[in-house]
Amino acid sequence: MMEPKYQNLVEYFRAQMRKDPDMASAVAAIRTLLEFLKRDKGETILGLRESLKWATDCLTGEDSSVAVSSGGELFLRFISLTSLEHQDLSRCKKVMEERGELFLEKISMSRTKVAKLCHTFIKDGAKILTHSYSRVVLRVLEKAAAEKKRFSVYVTESQPDSAGRQMAEALRKLNVPVTVVLDAAVGYVLEKVDLVIVGAEGVVESGGIINKIGTYQMAVCSKAHNKPFYVVAESFKFVRLYPLNQQDVPDKFKYKADTLKTVQNLSEEHPMIDYTPPSLITLLFTDLGVLTPSAVSDELIKLYL
Amino acid sequence: MADAGEPEGPERKDDIVKAKQEGKELTKEEKQRLRKEKKQQKKSKEKKDDKPSRDSEKEKKPASAASPAPQTPTQPPAQKAPSAAPAPVPVPASETPSAADKPAKSKAELKAERRARQEAERASKGKKGDVGPQAAPGKPKAPPSELQPVVKRLPEHVQVDNPEVLKKLAKKLERQQTPEYNAATKIPLRSDYGYKVSLFSHLHQYSRKAPLTQQLGIPSTVIHPAIVRLGLQYSQGIVAGSNARSVALLHAFKQVIRDYTTPPNEELSRDLVNRLKPYISFLNQCRPLSASMGNAIKYIKKEISNIPSQCKEEEAKRKLLNCIDCYINEKIVLAAKAIAKYSIEKISDGDVILVYGCSSLVNHILCEAFEKNRKFRVIVVDSRPRLEGREALRRLVQKGINCTYVLISAVSYILPEVSKVFLGAHALLANGYVMSRVGTSQIALVAKAFNVPVLVCCETYKFCERVQTDSFVSNELDDPDDLIVTRTGTTQLEHWQEVPSLGLLNLVYDVTPPDFVDLVITDLGMIPCTSVPVVLRVKNVDQ
Repeated sequence: MMEPKYQNLVEYFRAQMRKDPDMASAVAAIRTLLEFLKRDKGETILGLRESLKWATDCLTGEDSSVAVSSGGELFLRFISLTSLEHQDLSRCKKVMEERGELFLEKISMSRTKVAKLCHTFIKDGAKILTHSYSRVVLRVLEKAAAEKKRFSVYVTESQPDSAGRQMAEALRKLNVPVTVVLDAAVGYVLEKVDLVIVGAEGVVESGGIINKIGTYQMAVCSKAHNKPFYVVAESFKFVRLYPLNQQDVPDKFKYKADTLKTVQNLSEEHPMIDYTPPSLITLLFTDLGVLTPSAVSDELIKLYL
Repeated sequence: MADAGEPEGPERKDDIVKAKQEGKELTKEEKQRLRKEKKQQKKSKEKKDDKPSRDSEKEKKPASAASPAPQTPTQPPAQKAPSAAPAPVPVPASETPSAADKPAKSKAELKAERRARQEAERASKGKKGDVGPQAAPGKPKAPPSELQPVVKRLPEHVQVDNPEVLKKLAKKLERQQTPEYNAATKIPLRSDYGYKVSLFSHLHQYSRKAPLTQQLGIPSTVIHPAIVRLGLQYSQGIVAGSNARSVALLHAFKQVIRDYTTPPNEELSRDLVNRLKPYISFLNQCRPLSASMGNAIKYIKKEISNIPSQCKEEEAKRKLLNCIDCYINEKIVLAAKAIAKYSIEKISDGDVILVYGCSSLVNHILCEAFEKNRKFRVIVVDSRPRLEGREALRRLVQKGINCTYVLISAVSYILPEVSKVFLGAHALLANGYVMSRVGTSQIALVAKAFNVPVLVCCETYKFCERVQTDSFVSNELDDPDDLIVTRTGTTQLEHWQEVPSLGLLNLVYDVTPPDFVDLVITDLGMIPCTSVPVVLRVKNVDQ
């Protein structure tokens, strides 16, 4: 169809990801969409929206995380929320571009805001359990270490990609005592820890989260041990899904993008994410504030309606 | 706010004068108060003749002021006669003919009597002090700041065991007739039937064999015949189900509006609202109003009072009929379509869906999903004595859906097979509790124990601002005689009234806590049960 356009889009996205590995994939996607908007030669507003939707779909095809799709949708909503009364298309586009830049600025500050809110919940001498590699959790722990708090961290190995080891490396650089544990040892280690902090790939309407596989298990165990289970997530990860159980999460999020394209029989593949229901989550730390799971729906209604 | 909440005539006049002097913008309230005054004067002229009962009134008044004052559903503009004035209930019929026989008193005597009564009332009020949130918010007079505990007002329909409240209700029904008609055409008070279980003695329990319409004269000039027919249909259970009752109510009101003519010197916007009040009391007596009906009535009253006074009668009527049609279309018909669209996303192939009783909305959803070629089967759960599940079963099987039928006692047996539970709702309360047919909370509880997701489908017009945490405080008691006949036809309980320690309880509704409900599907989208107050807030902002 529009092959060169598609190529350009995907390459720009990949370049953005390579440039700043610390950036969330959703932020890279939004940068790409903004660039796409600037370069778009469409003649009508409707056409513009259509092509932006198409671009978001392409990017979801490239990186199937929930955050990319939610970020794209929020970007579209944010820029078109203005009353576009200007007759001139180019002026409209300018307004949209300005709002796009504003949106990007806001969300690049979101991790700092989350870290500021969350580090106060880490007391001196705390033992923290976390799951897999999450840049937001890393930022929170950085802030807590900068506040001269002493704490130690247990990280699960998080198969199949052993992302937990990456997290352990990053924490060692901060001089935080860290232990890598097996995924199967979560129940064993929970009696020693004081709190559990995880990131999220997506926050759903019910207040539950979608995150790396193994999170649900950790949540159930921490409920059984009565330990607080905290989630840190930026607000662009709020997505309009409402899964009832694990099966209800759409397939396009469960597996990596390349797996979806190449593999025929998905039942033989192992899903990369799972869904944690809101009853197991104590609090969510977002750049909109500290929320209980039932308040997430309130925020979503404000964002989307 | 019926109980002595009114400052008396001379005080009020002072207030109005004060307000005028202070230049406050109280024109609407002033008008209201002047209107009230007029009405009170009219009434006090009528009830001049019950002098002997006045002393007993004064005694009763402090007693009733002490008990939690009931909140009459009808609001200030209509009638708030000081409680000293209205006639006592016990002998209403016999008194009014005798009153007409007594000679009219002279004006000076009447005035003196009125003044004496007002003084006595004020004295007793001063003794009692602040009787809770009696002072209406708009009045400039602040209540005396004595340290009395704030008296919470309960709705009258949950105070059936309080004789004061019953007397007040009867009085209210009397007052609601228009002054020209005599006592023979007033709205009757329906009496309770049979022994009530003590935990629910604060609720009404009526018998289906004694419908209210038998006590009405023919022709009943106070109540419109369409409303009489509707009341009978409600009390006999011919029209049942939340949506059906609301739609029937709205159609009856349409007929009332079509037959209405504005009397001379009256405004349509005010007079029509006053006309509707006795109808609503009558319907409430036939069968307690549901939350959806309450919201519909509120909407109609708002629309009527928003009719501009210069609008011609034909045009106003046309506008109102149009409003009602829009309301039915938007809130019920289109809402059902939107809910079906969202629900179909949640129904996947191979699902086993459990439904309880007969909810028009849930049946609609399942039929739509079947038409969209989803492969699923349904388990219909039913319970005595209404056996509404049979109706649902009939509708689903007619469409060709694969169904199983069980009674509620077998629910824990079949739940391991079930993948989802779809429930309808009668109302959604502001704290997230779901009020629905009795048995619903039981099913939700067992489903939770088996980890089966529970989905509640409810239109937004059924959301109500009430808060309830248990099924006792406010409920409906159906005819206990329904429980007598068993499936095999035996009537062992036929003489239950003769056994003094036996009570039959036929509850209609129960409340389900939000922890048991996973998802609520409304026309606004899919929300968790705890977000009901958010929707109410958004709706109020829209209006």
